[in-house]
Amino acid sequence: MTAPRARQEGRLRRLAGDLLSLFQGLGLTFGYFISPARVITQQYPENKASLRMTPRFRGRLVMPKDEAGNHRCTACGLCEKACPNGSISVLSEKDSAGRKVLGRYLYRLSQCALCNLCVEACPFGAIAMGQAFELAVYDREQLTLVLNQKEETTTNV
Amino acid sequence: MNALPASQTFPVTNAIGDAVRQLFPASAPAINTLLAIASLLALVAFLPVLLIWLERKVAAHFQARLGPMRVGWHGLLQSAADGLKLVFKEVLKPEGADSFVFFLAPILPASATFLIMAVLPFDHHLQVADPPAGIIYVIGISGLSVLGILLAGWASNNKYSLLGAMRSGAQMISYEISLALLMLLVVMVSGSASLREIVLSQQGTILDWWIFKLPGLGLIAFAMYLVTSTAELNRGPFDIAEAESELTGGFATEYSGISFAMFFFAEFVNMFVAAGLATTFFLGGFLAPRIGLAFFDAVVDFVPGFVWFFAKAFLVVFIYMWFRWSFPRLRVDQLMYLEWKLLLPANLVLLTLTAFFVIRGWIL
Amino acid sequence: MMETQEKISPPGFRTGSRSDASTEEYYLNMGPQHPSTHGVLRCVLKLDGESVVEVVPHLGYIHRGIEKVAENQTYLQLIHLSDRLDYLSSFSNNLCVCLAIEEAMQIGVPERGEYIRVMLCELQRIQSHLLWWGVFGMDLGAVTAFLYGFKEREQITDIFEELCGARLTMNFFRPGGSWADVPDSFLPRVRQVISRMKGALAECHTLLTNNVIFRERTQGIGVLPAATALSHGCTGAVLRGSGVAYDVRRHDPYSIYDRFAFEIPTGARGDCFDRYLMKMEEMRQSLAILEQAAATFPGGPHRAKERAAYKLPPGSYYSQVESARGLFGVTLIADGGPKPYRVKFRSPSFSNLSVVNAIAAGHQIADLVTILASLDFVVPDLDR
Repeated sequence: MTAPRARQEGRLRRLAGDLLSLFQGLGLTFGYFISPARVITQQYPENKASLRMTPRFRGRLVMPKDEAGNHRCTACGLCEKACPNGSISVLSEKDSAGRKVLGRYLYRLSQCALCNLCVEACPFGAIAMGQAFELAVYDREQLTLVLNQKEETTTNV
Repeated sequence: MNALPASQTFPVTNAIGDAVRQLFPASAPAINTLLAIASLLALVAFLPVLLIWLERKVAAHFQARLGPMRVGWHGLLQSAADGLKLVFKEVLKPEGADSFVFFLAPILPASATFLIMAVLPFDHHLQVADPPAGIIYVIGISGLSVLGILLAGWASNNKYSLLGAMRSGAQMISYEISLALLMLLVVMVSGSASLREIVLSQQGTILDWWIFKLPGLGLIAFAMYLVTSTAELNRGPFDIAEAESELTGGFATEYSGISFAMFFFAEFVNMFVAAGLATTFFLGGFLAPRIGLAFFDAVVDFVPGFVWFFAKAFLVVFIYMWFRWSFPRLRVDQLMYLEWKLLLPANLVLLTLTAFFVIRGWIL
Repeated sequence: MMETQEKISPPGFRTGSRSDASTEEYYLNMGPQHPSTHGVLRCVLKLDGESVVEVVPHLGYIHRGIEKVAENQTYLQLIHLSDRLDYLSSFSNNLCVCLAIEEAMQIGVPERGEYIRVMLCELQRIQSHLLWWGVFGMDLGAVTAFLYGFKEREQITDIFEELCGARLTMNFFRPGGSWADVPDSFLPRVRQVISRMKGALAECHTLLTNNVIFRERTQGIGVLPAATALSHGCTGAVLRGSGVAYDVRRHDPYSIYDRFAFEIPTGARGDCFDRYLMKMEEMRQSLAILEQAAATFPGGPHRAKERAAYKLPPGSYYSQVESARGLFGVTLIADGGPKPYRVKFRSPSFSNLSVVNAIAAGHQIADLVTILASLDFVVPDLDR
């Protein structure tokens, strides 16, 4: 007689444990419900002004320039060679003294994998990964950029 | 119907009905019918908008999110905007679907909820009809929504829909038995099958509500009602008919636009109806929660009854949401196991015990 | 309408037809757009009512030919392609490629570089398992688990973002170390994650592991015998759940894993619940490794001296790591040029998925979803 009763007690204890597990789950979710301070989502477009990307954030490629619009690119083409996807074209030209200088620095965002290899390859620190993260545009022509001009422009090349 | 005197068509009187009767004695029944239908329509149209917003907000806060925040104050108008969008969306019909049944199906659950709303006692004098066998009416009408889901699954010409509908059919038919038995229990203790009478039988303090009567049994019955009605509502953790991760959308997979909205709205009004029934059966309906202290009782009595009804109903709605956003989903055979091997026997035992208690007068 | 149509079974099925006058088996197309195939996996199911008779997975919906593309990239460039296989363990994949290159070119890694590698791989294992935990919950209908999993994972991806500017496709390791040192805030943030994760794991257990519905849904479902797991080449938690204590970190130690004490959990039955427990326990073990590594994190350079060009001497080079899903391997066949002659990735997801028919047959549709989730595959890793 003892064995079935023991089994029954075990079953009852198991049932109690099962119910307890359900209540524990309910308690956990309720804990979150009553503490709005633990909300982790951000209100995205509204908090845009206060949003700061980390310094190393890999947005699209940019070419830092000083106020006069001077950049440090020497048109050596190492970034072009480093790029796995052919998203960079360094078009050089000769200046009046016959030296090779940068003509146009073409950057095709549509092909870029944001892999950072070009920035690593650059010995002069002329290019960097930017902080911009809203990269969608309405026209794919706008995805091909000339980076070395004062105002970055798009091109149809 | 027009053979019946006005007093029988609308046995529950209220100020508006009386005013209409005095002003237009001849056409009073017709006007009152129209008024009743209009007010119900307004409620049925408004409730899902509120409930969907509430569901999204409650779910969000359970999940450490904020939920809709854009349209209106804290996204209050979000579901209205969504409803508007659904109205203007194209209604698609899959190739090979049975047009008539396909478009008939969403109407059935919507109308079922509408019909049950008619017998809910919102306040002393706020009830469209109070049939003496209200509970039988409720059980009968709630079968309509199963029919709608079954038809939707069959007419969609989609295997996922059909699977969802078959699951839903099996689930609802099983759980209706438990639900009916629980209602029978309430009828037994309150001595009436009229919803208004059931509420009135719980007059007194909080301790006179059926949930706290029948030492312990009332509470167990209420808990079982919660579980059973959650299953009956096709809500998580019993949402096997929709089962998003298994059947994509279940019976509603192929529905879009307004016909999807009908299912969606009906689901939410259904939730409120189930909560309203729980309130009526166990939580004293529109009665104020008196605790026996003169001052406190005077304060709670000052608040109109329908406020109490909605407050209690929304509390139950919150519990439904709490369940849904806390638990994983059961499998279809586990659902059947729960009903036929656990809930139904427990229900029968509970019913027998209650009968015994009632006979011995141990209602307390 | 009434003309008898010959039933044509979709390709790939091995079981014969068992249909008769009273019952008829039917086919259901699950995916490539389905909420629980986690991407563009397509499973064709042969069903008898709700019971699964046979599952035939169809791959190829996200096949990008990465191994072929890699043949046209230099050795440095192809590291970024390994991000795009199993995007949840891109650090491990990067590391595997780097290990092969380092072996071929005899490049050593400084002490700090090794620590960075181990710590990042373990952090990523935790974040991958957290995501998997959430998705597992969601596949079983517990949507809240999904959000909680992502909530905790966010802490770790934030570290990654501060470290290398990306949250998913890291492309961080290079032959000889990594392209950047860790920022100053790295160690404090890792310690914060370690202390936070203890509470988070307790929450995970409360919400799912102990939940009776969850246990009923996973225990005894999709039992994978150890022999089957081995013969299909399963690795990772799928193999350990079946009781085989195989872990590349222990049996073929790479980087500096042989310096850390950690346990290899094994399951008893090989069902979905065991596979689930393996992952939960692995998170704890990863935390233990992180704790040890954070305590002895050395200074010094993070990368060996860069070579002018990475040209592998002719030959075949293989390396393997334990990614979050199991054994990830890379074979590089070099012809002496700047680009590999042939690249082959051995992805754990592919072998792990191959057992699905063996363990799902006979279960119900809902269980198939559980089983698919417990195998924890990443579809781009299946297809490559």
